[in-house]
Amino acid sequence: MGCMATEESYVLAIGTKKGLWLATSQDRREWSMSGPHFLMSEVPSIAIDTRNGRTRIMVGVRSEHWGPTVAHSDDLGATWTEPEQGAIKFPDGTEAAVERIWQIYPDAESRPGVVWAGAEPISVWKSTDGGEHFELNRGLWDHPHRSEWGAGYGGAAAHSIVVDPSGDKVHVAMSTGGVYRSLDGGTSWEPRNKGISAYFMPDPNPEFGQCVHKIAADAAVEGRLYAQNHHGVYRTDDNGENWESIAEGLPADFGFVMLTHPRRAGTAWVVPLKADGERIPPDGKLAAHRTDDAGRTWKRLDSGLPQGEYNAVLRDAASVDSAEPAGVYFGTRGGSVYASPDEGEHFTEVASHLPDVLCVRAAVVSGSLVPGAPVSA
Amino acid sequence: MADISVVLPSVLQPLAGGQSILTAPADGAVTVGFLLDSLAGDYPVLARRLRDETGALRRYVNIYVNGDEVRRLRGLETEVAAGQEVVIIQSVAGG
Repeated sequence: MGCMATEESYVLAIGTKKGLWLATSQDRREWSMSGPHFLMSEVPSIAIDTRNGRTRIMVGVRSEHWGPTVAHSDDLGATWTEPEQGAIKFPDGTEAAVERIWQIYPDAESRPGVVWAGAEPISVWKSTDGGEHFELNRGLWDHPHRSEWGAGYGGAAAHSIVVDPSGDKVHVAMSTGGVYRSLDGGTSWEPRNKGISAYFMPDPNPEFGQCVHKIAADAAVEGRLYAQNHHGVYRTDDNGENWESIAEGLPADFGFVMLTHPRRAGTAWVVPLKADGERIPPDGKLAAHRTDDAGRTWKRLDSGLPQGEYNAVLRDAASVDSAEPAGVYFGTRGGSVYASPDEGEHFTEVASHLPDVLCVRAAVVSGSLVPGAPVSA
Repeated sequence: MADISVVLPSVLQPLAGGQSILTAPADGAVTVGFLLDSLAGDYPVLARRLRDETGALRRYVNIYVNGDEVRRLRGLETEVAAGQEVVIIQSVAGG
């Protein structure tokens, strides 16, 4: 008997307006699908957590009738578990109820049980048991600015959470409110929006109130983050103290997506839309754009993408995996999902005609996978 | 003592062990809110589908007591007499 080589497989989770689909692949070109899971419930948030020697898929699920919840699967969707008392619920005295879970964010490898969540109404949550129970972050919930935060078109939510390797610096982004930063692991929070435009307000440069659509941290440069704003693409090199425009070279500065490379400094992706008032790919030609120099220049990536596409790509409907080269994935509100095994140079269509794609997440796992069958990380 | 019957829509029956009708013993009138509280002990996930964590009935969940929707009565304070039937139906919503 010979030794079996350890194979790598890829998992792609696609959350839509009417359920979740799971896809697996050995080469990121051919995909096998299972689904729909949670048919008729929307799945706006997903995390694939490969820490702790397992592959745990966590999903924020919301039914128009039956409300929101968080479920998880440790067997690639064969079975789902929903904690009996609910994973996320506002504590007594807040007089608030969770409307929608917008973000599920596994923390660093060094903090394997820690999972963060962002929700509507604007709130940040933290779990220390792998996403089975979350506690409300009181520092942000009790922030004196909270009554002045507003709602974007999709609702008032904390949608981006970025934690630095030390665990001390936490950035969140909310629509609308902008970027808030904690230097003490989430105990206290201050707005950090200097340089980010809020052109829709009487004062276009307020301390807070911006409609930041997505933020992501640079993989290797400490203190560097990128932001896709409601018009405007920005970078900070000092943990949000100052933001500068990096939109030059893009066909449009509107959009929702901001992705960063899993390891390489200076690499990020956006998927531009024409404008606030015209939320379609510029000229109807779908493309991702990648920078490899922290936003000084951008490269258009449209190989394999339709050049007649009029659907938007939403903020969490895009993801990278951790492979080398990194895979890039995104889905449209028209229900198409695209995968690139080479950092966006070439895309193939994974799925089409699904319901509106709300969230896409991808991960590398060891072993050969069958959707719906048990899997280990 | 007559029971109060709570009739579940088929989509929620898996959360009640597959039962379509739950029965609550009653020796007098109780409120709909009290009934839902008592459901929560045995079927906490089912209870969360009906009400949010503030206790409010979810917007597209309708509860009928003897044919009348409780929002047209006294909401969760609506009284249910022993022997009456409570029917839970999801409203027409979504797209």
